Amino acid sequence: MNRIERAFADKKAFVAFLTAGDPSLKATEEYILEIEKAGADLIEIGIPFSDPIAEGPVIQEADLRALSGGVTTDQIFSMVERVRKKTDIALVFMTYLNPVFHYGYERFFARCQEVGIDGIIIPDLPFEEKAEADEVSSRYGVSLISMIAPTSQERIARIAKEAKGFLYVVSSMGVTGMRSEIRTDLDGILRQIRAVTDVPAAVGFGIHTPAQAREIAGKADGVIVGSALVKLIGQYKDQAHAQIGAYVRQMKDAVNAAEK
Amino acid sequence: MAKGRFGIHGGQYIPETLMNEVIRLEEAYEHFKKDPEFQRELEDLLKNYAGRPSLLYYAEKMTKDLGGARIYLKREDLNHTGSHKINNVLGQVLMAKKMGKTRVIAETGAGQHGVACATAAALLGLECEIFMGKEDTDRQALNVYRMRLLGAKVHPVTTGTMTLKDAVNETMREWTNRVADTHYVLGSVMGPHPFPTIVRDFQSVISKEARQQILEREGKLPAAVLACVGGGSNSMGMFYHFIEDKEVRLIGCEAAGKGIDTKLHAATIAKGSLGVFHGMKSYFCQDEYGQIAPVYSISAGLDYPGIGPEHANLHDTGRAQYVPVTDEEAVQAFEYLARTEGIICAIESAHAVAYARKLAPTLPKEECMIICLSGRGDKDVAAIARYRGENISE
Repeated sequence: MNRIERAFADKKAFVAFLTAGDPSLKATEEYILEIEKAGADLIEIGIPFSDPIAEGPVIQEADLRALSGGVTTDQIFSMVERVRKKTDIALVFMTYLNPVFHYGYERFFARCQEVGIDGIIIPDLPFEEKAEADEVSSRYGVSLISMIAPTSQERIARIAKEAKGFLYVVSSMGVTGMRSEIRTDLDGILRQIRAVTDVPAAVGFGIHTPAQAREIAGKADGVIVGSALVKLIGQYKDQAHAQIGAYVRQMKDAVNAAEK
Repeated sequence: MAKGRFGIHGGQYIPETLMNEVIRLEEAYEHFKKDPEFQRELEDLLKNYAGRPSLLYYAEKMTKDLGGARIYLKREDLNHTGSHKINNVLGQVLMAKKMGKTRVIAETGAGQHGVACATAAALLGLECEIFMGKEDTDRQALNVYRMRLLGAKVHPVTTGTMTLKDAVNETMREWTNRVADTHYVLGSVMGPHPFPTIVRDFQSVISKEARQQILEREGKLPAAVLACVGGGSNSMGMFYHFIEDKEVRLIGCEAAGKGIDTKLHAATIAKGSLGVFHGMKSYFCQDEYGQIAPVYSISAGLDYPGIGPEHANLHDTGRAQYVPVTDEEAVQAFEYLARTEGIICAIESAHAVAYARKLAPTLPKEECMIICLSGRGDKDVAAIARYRGENISE
């Protein structure tokens, strides 16, 4: 069983996102360990991008803070290499295609394997275009994680059939960020996914309260939270350890409380 | 690999949320392209509303002054709303209406595309929202007010460099937010397939007319056609029907800002590298880690870090040539054309005029060349005055 499979095995997974280098790579390293200690099952590490078109204001600002601090892809790889020696939690990158493409697929995914990255989420790489990256990432044992959106309709089965790692189900229209309400017919989407694959499906975009986490965990295999955590980091900078720990514990408890 | 490739460039690199919409758009476009009623309506709008065909004007004084090839200006500046942008916008907004959309959104740099879009939306009865970088709303305040007069809502974009690329980011974000009733009227030959093809087709009316007009006037094809290039819509329109005429040189003029040896430029072909951004694989100004570089030009319309995928391929194959033109050269050309021919052109178009001033004297007098005058320069007058150290209020 690989690390991503283990994250979803016999339980509902809580997935946390943070932007690498916000406010510093030292803080990111500490926060990854803090998030794991607080009970998260998988961590998405954002490689900041200058123009993150799928992100709402909270993560856009985090990307900007990280890049203004001078963080680079190479430094992020080194940080992951260090933190990997201290934890066995599943770690996946989330970034846009250009930083990966420009680094070179071979070089990028070889380095992912070397430092212990298990998967990657690339929001601007849809099903039709994924072959060029997937061919290389598979060779280095890095799962290219596919996304399904509220507008995917008949595409759901096609995407789910080729899914690797887990499926990232986008809960709502628009960009990342906290929402008071999620209206998408998640049951319908999850039913279509389960008809064709056993790969776990986690839901993200907009989720920030324990009540939402409990409700979503009742339907899906995992719950993904990004902006709420990034907002805490934005607020408490390199002193966010306690706040992050408390928030992740609360959310993980809510996920555990969901009806199986 | 997805459709919509120009060599290795193009493709559909966009979030899953938008995929079904661009697929539907492609189907709709394939349908309307062959629909005689749509074509009739569009032709009627282009002729009786936009004022096409645009003139091909022989710039006799400029020709004599430069002492080389005979210079013709394709007068897109005389179109309704003052630029070539109306060609694409009438096509896309008419199509959006027929697709049942009730709202259009668009990015704009200099404001020319935004004004054209607001105009077409007003005429055809659709809601319109325009995203424009805060820096551009400041330097092109007149166009902001123009859009509002036309009933559009203008959103100043305060993220990133607050210019055209950030306006595109924000319009894409808005499109993922509300796609069912909304069409994104992309203003250039860029973005995910099918946009580069749709915009090129609607803009290709420029070279369709120009090719016929020059054959009537000169009895032969031009030695060169020139146009400025940001994303590349007027140049793609100006090049398209000449691509098969191998003897015609196609020259795109990029914004070199303060010079391509400085960091302050937007010269994608001269200084950019292969990347994937704004839905397409093409050339982009970027750093060694693939972060998109902040770019600069005196011209808001050329202040973009990428270039359309079909241009990237024309560059790869050597069919077209791309040359950098600095702010200073463009401003001098802007002033030169005003004094010599009595035409105040857009500062964007002045980049093509500037290179023509270098090229014309090197060509024999029997040859001719065409410069695409993509827009008129009223919007730039205050900025040029500022550049020359004169502060005038608009």
